[in-house]
Amino acid sequence: MAKHQVLAMFSDFDHAIAAIENIKSGKMPGATIEDITVLSPIEHPDIDNILGKRPVNVQKFTFTGALFGMAFAFFFISSAQASFLVQPQGGKPVIPFPTAFVLMYEQLIFWGVWTTVITFLVLAGMMKKRGNLYSEKLTVDQIGLGLEIDDSKLEGVKEFFRQQQALEIREEKVR
Amino acid sequence: MTPPIQDKIIDENLKWARINDDVLRSMENPRRAYWITFAVCLAMFAVAIAAEIYQYRTGMGVAGLSNPHMWDMYIATFVFWIGMSHAGTLLSAILHIIHAQWRKPIYRFAEAMTTFSLMTAGFFPMIHLGRVWNFYWVLPYVSDRGIWPNFRSPLVWDAFAISTYLSASALFLVIGLIPDLAIARDHTTGWRRKLYGVLALGWRGDDRQWRNFRKTYMLMACFLIPLAISVHSIVSSDFAMSLMPGWHVTTFPPYFVAGALYSGCAAIMTLFIALRYFFRFEEYMTLNIMEKTCKLTFAIAMVWSYLNLIEFAATWYGHNVYDKELLIDKAVGPYAGLFWLMIFCGVVAPFGLCFEKLRRNMPAMLVMSVVLQIGMYVERWMIVTPTLSMAHNPHQWQTLWGPVVEWAIVFGSFGWFGLLFLVFVKLFPSVSMYEVKELAFHLKAEIEEEAHAAKHAQGEAHAHGPHGSLGGGGVPVSAPAAPRSGKEGS
Repeated sequence: MAKHQVLAMFSDFDHAIAAIENIKSGKMPGATIEDITVLSPIEHPDIDNILGKRPVNVQKFTFTGALFGMAFAFFFISSAQASFLVQPQGGKPVIPFPTAFVLMYEQLIFWGVWTTVITFLVLAGMMKKRGNLYSEKLTVDQIGLGLEIDDSKLEGVKEFFRQQQALEIREEKVR
Repeated sequence: MTPPIQDKIIDENLKWARINDDVLRSMENPRRAYWITFAVCLAMFAVAIAAEIYQYRTGMGVAGLSNPHMWDMYIATFVFWIGMSHAGTLLSAILHIIHAQWRKPIYRFAEAMTTFSLMTAGFFPMIHLGRVWNFYWVLPYVSDRGIWPNFRSPLVWDAFAISTYLSASALFLVIGLIPDLAIARDHTTGWRRKLYGVLALGWRGDDRQWRNFRKTYMLMACFLIPLAISVHSIVSSDFAMSLMPGWHVTTFPPYFVAGALYSGCAAIMTLFIALRYFFRFEEYMTLNIMEKTCKLTFAIAMVWSYLNLIEFAATWYGHNVYDKELLIDKAVGPYAGLFWLMIFCGVVAPFGLCFEKLRRNMPAMLVMSVVLQIGMYVERWMIVTPTLSMAHNPHQWQTLWGPVVEWAIVFGSFGWFGLLFLVFVKLFPSVSMYEVKELAFHLKAEIEEEAHAAKHAQGEAHAHGPHGSLGGGGVPVSAPAAPRSGKEGS
């Protein structure tokens, strides 16, 4: 069955949120809250509460990256400075930890930051082709609700958005 | 009751479409003063290039760098530029974490300032090397002679810390720019549209992107704060870990960090006033925000003054004869003029920031910010040069004022920084459009909530009559929140 992408544009958050609430209460045929994507010029503080818990996992990768950076710095500096072959004497440590600590701290941050950014690019779906259903008004002041539905549900969904006072409804056949 | 416009952070009734238009127009159509400043910066940079070529061909002697002055203005300037970068972190990362709303219209250029001042600072160790073609020696690479860098040296820590700070602050700037680049992509034409289209990385503003963006930005802010503090602590270790009088001081790391924040805040004031004028940003860079910046600068100035006093007291009561003699010599010796200039500009002048009338006077604040920066530059110079002039061996004592070549290169570094900054603000939005929209949205919601609560309280009072609770004028403990109105239509 053919699939369609639909994008309904709303004049403000109040109308968009009202529409989402109605979808949540099952008033839209053939779609649930999980299918909805909200597009907006700013991040509304209540959108997360209305859409329900959607996972953000950037911090897990950040933590892993930071730990890796710390370990990398320790082994890098140790391999450069360690004196395994000589008899430790005169107070010279095999691995001088205090000096390594500063660089471990710096590398923890370096790798933590880079991992965070790369993870963001992947998890936020940046640079990903998503079809042409987009409006430049979304970067001005309008709010969009997007979803992908079966061909048979298209008219019902459009009618629902019209009832919710959508300013404009765009559609595109995806496959 | 809503406060008058001049007392607001910004006008909450600003239309969102207008915010886009104003900021995007600023990139096309600055005042003539922008181009004049650009030309002045270019000329200053040309002076530095000429001086560097002369120094390169003639040798480091023309910069006065010989025993005992192996470090001089180049290192003082390096410390100055590193310090200046810290205010960007303060404004964007620290104030972001504590949810200070007023940072939103001005943090973008502060972040740019961070990145460009680090890029400027990075030049000075290279220039200081003399043999600039060996610039990569400052990096901790595996030497082709089989000798590893000395990881116990703060100079190697510097290379790690500064490269980490530069890349992290540049990424912080770029990530924060993405939603604005998408706005610019959607509302410009020609080469700009293509450029922003590539740089916006496919941003559409969907909820998944916003969620990840918010988390990423917060995580990066959390990393940047300890990083900024560590960077300047490590730079201070270049001095504090030596045994030179005046440098071997326990309070140097916090002293350097406070000085860094101080000079950075002063630079933010200068750039605030310049951008406000160049791009007609009176509605975004408001007097209210300037006031808050001034108060922050004053608070940091007092911390810096206190740390100065602590350093003097520790030296005075420490009875280390070299340290004490150096301190006395700074105050009454050949460098006394600069010492007292530093005290005046750094400790006395900021008291001008206590006066509201002055804080709201842009020309006065421009002068004040320059005075504070002069004080902070002289402070760095007073750290480096007098110690080398009057170290342990009296037979090596020598006063040095910095030859013309050195001055020219230092002078030109301001031109280089100015050029980078001016090109940036012409190419990219210097006011964060999406954050200003958020700010207006939240301010409006707050005002509506207050109005709703007041109305509710009035209703309660009427219902209870004159003999109700709290003498008839009771204020409800909580009032239901008014629905948020969303954006203002275009």
